[in-house]
Amino acid sequence: MTSALKPKHQRLVLIVLAVAALIGATLLAMVALRDQASYFYVPSDIAENPPEPGQAIRLGGMVEEGSIVELPDGVSVTFVVHDGVARVPVTFTGILPDLFVEGSGVVADGSMDVSGTFVAENVLAKHDENYMPRELEDMTPDQVRETIAETTG
Amino acid sequence: MIPEIGLAALWLAAALAALQLLAGFIGARHDNAEIASLARPAALLQAILCGVAFLCLLYVFAVTDLSVKLVATNSHSMKPMIFKLSGAWGNHEGSMLLWITVMAIAGGAIALIERRLPEKTMMATLSAQSFVGLGFYAFLLIASNPFERLTEIPPEGNGLNPLLQDVGLAFHPPTLYIGYVGLSIAFSFALGALLTRNVTPDFARVMRPWVLAAWIFLTIGITAGSYWAYYELGWGGWWFWDPVENASLMPWLAATALLHSASVLAARDALRTWTIMLGVIAFSMSMVGTFLVRSGILTSVHAFAVDPQRGSFILALLVLYIGGALVLFALRASTIAEGERFSVMSREGALVVNNVGLSAILGVVLIGTLYPLFTEAFDVRVSVGPPYFNPVSAIFFLPMMLVLMVGPLLRWKSDNAGRIMKPLALIGAVMLTVLIRSLFYEDIGLLPFLGLVLAAGVAVASVAPLFGRSLRRTPLAIWGMCVAHLGIAVAMFGMAADTAFQKERLVAANVGDIVEVGPWTGQLDTVNAVAGPNWTAMQANLTMSYEGGPGQEAHPQSRNFWTPVMETSEVALLTRWNGQLYVAVGNQGQDGRWQLRLWWKPFVTFIWYGGLLIALGGALALVGRVASDLRRRRHADEEDMEDELAEATA
Repeated sequence: MTSALKPKHQRLVLIVLAVAALIGATLLAMVALRDQASYFYVPSDIAENPPEPGQAIRLGGMVEEGSIVELPDGVSVTFVVHDGVARVPVTFTGILPDLFVEGSGVVADGSMDVSGTFVAENVLAKHDENYMPRELEDMTPDQVRETIAETTG
Repeated sequence: MIPEIGLAALWLAAALAALQLLAGFIGARHDNAEIASLARPAALLQAILCGVAFLCLLYVFAVTDLSVKLVATNSHSMKPMIFKLSGAWGNHEGSMLLWITVMAIAGGAIALIERRLPEKTMMATLSAQSFVGLGFYAFLLIASNPFERLTEIPPEGNGLNPLLQDVGLAFHPPTLYIGYVGLSIAFSFALGALLTRNVTPDFARVMRPWVLAAWIFLTIGITAGSYWAYYELGWGGWWFWDPVENASLMPWLAATALLHSASVLAARDALRTWTIMLGVIAFSMSMVGTFLVRSGILTSVHAFAVDPQRGSFILALLVLYIGGALVLFALRASTIAEGERFSVMSREGALVVNNVGLSAILGVVLIGTLYPLFTEAFDVRVSVGPPYFNPVSAIFFLPMMLVLMVGPLLRWKSDNAGRIMKPLALIGAVMLTVLIRSLFYEDIGLLPFLGLVLAAGVAVASVAPLFGRSLRRTPLAIWGMCVAHLGIAVAMFGMAADTAFQKERLVAANVGDIVEVGPWTGQLDTVNAVAGPNWTAMQANLTMSYEGGPGQEAHPQSRNFWTPVMETSEVALLTRWNGQLYVAVGNQGQDGRWQLRLWWKPFVTFIWYGGLLIALGGALALVGRVASDLRRRRHADEEDMEDELAEATA
């Protein structure tokens, strides 16, 4: 038992234990992150390099004017997200955020299905002058202008 | 005039912090009692001045003084008074003033009360406290002056983010800040002990009540924040692993570990260096959290404004304090003598597992939170959510729970397992029963399944230390431990039950339609418009009944605020002892039907009851510790008097 150890050795054992646990945690975290982090895509990324169907991703872009269609079940919608280059059809079942309108910026969590439609699980579009999805900063100047006009105007 | 008084008070307080730094340092370094005697009054006066500055800020918000920039950008004369006041800290500058005020009051409190440590260590501690304080004064006065005036007074203010206009939330930031910043005391004590090479059980006993107090507030703050997110965001979740939530969880994990290692140091004079390290880490995590939340590096409702200057300022403070403390630790750690030995099978051994587990979870959460920032530097944007955090933290959490069942039953120093076989057998039997029962539920998922089983075990184990004791003579600190551990079991049960058994329905309903979810049935009676002081709303009126019982009304709203323009969802909650019905109303479709989202969440309220129990346990322990300290002090005083009498008669 450890009680036979000198204090110095006991301390060493504790340090080794703590360091091992932390290194273990770090390695585990890194491995898990490689699998579990969901990557951010804009529509042109998806066009160039489509993600695996079912892989969790985030999609960001602008909601195309005139593309929002309510489905007959009353709780699902389809719309198109574009970034000025490519377009991605999206379906979402649930209550849309209040500031979700055509022509506004949107970020959605979900995954692609086999037919190339993005199935959104969660749609984030709440933004006022203090809250804008950070990913939107990556958009083309054109879209940024549009977004700014929409959020401040 | 009032804003200028506030600003002047802040500058004076900053000057006093500089004085305290010098006086404490010289006092500790050169044993100069005359100079050292300045440190305590400086700390006290600083607390008073910061209090004055904070009252000034409350005043300008209360009267909506629009000539102050902060009021004009964050308040509005039409807001209810409670939100005018809470608006004072619902913004970047005001929240930093709150931070520094809490820090100054905490520093003033130790200066006033704490006399148990050697004066030299105390001086070094006060010096460290003011050194940290100075950085935040600089940040406040240079980069975020809350009292800045406008040359042109606007006719009306901008208002407060409607999501923040909520009674629960009015008290969420102060509670959390008292917790965050209260940990600065542990940081300063750790630095003081390192500087004067004085790491003793006494040091742990002195530090413990302060850490406990901060930890209680942190626990309440996290619990309240979770409940707020649950009913205000309208998504029915209680923990999102949002970076902002993680920012409050990380100091809590470190403080929890610190509390446990401090009790080893206090009782057994072991884990000396480790306790010091945790003292440094706990407040470092508070500062990392503040950096993440306030610098604008993350966007959320908590990041009030994106301002790179402020971000770099906080980052510089972070590097200075955390880096400095770690360097000091590296230089001095080897000079701290080894503590007492203990066997693996002992209370200490179990607490080491607790500490290693908590540290590992802290590491996992920290890495997951920082990872997106790290990849962003390489232009890859990722988000890290529950698929990462849940399983990876569970790997460390689940074994910790097993040790939690055994640890409190073990004796200090060394014990044998045979002695505690009886309670262990009882715990095992209860877990086995729940395990077999849970196997009959289909599709509840591995983590909720393990959660149910472990919650049952921890619940029994948490009260096991009371078996065979005279309940009246059990010290309050033991009661505190039992209640806090029971709280963990209760919260874990709530999380597992909600995840495993919740029912969700999303429907589009006409007025008069029947809606059903889980054991609830009811109908959408009417939808009408309602108005509040600064909003209008569409309100759905439902009558819902639980398993055919009497109808209960639910009135979820979709609110439109005008100042600033924003829509929010006000959910309706019907609470029973065994769960909550959660109703949110969405938009009206083109065919006139209303979107309704209903959840039946069995035992979800146990999550927050558990959080409150954990805090209550902390409070009991705190009262117990402080009371026994006072008793000991009174005893010592009496002995002193007897000694003096004896000397006088001799």
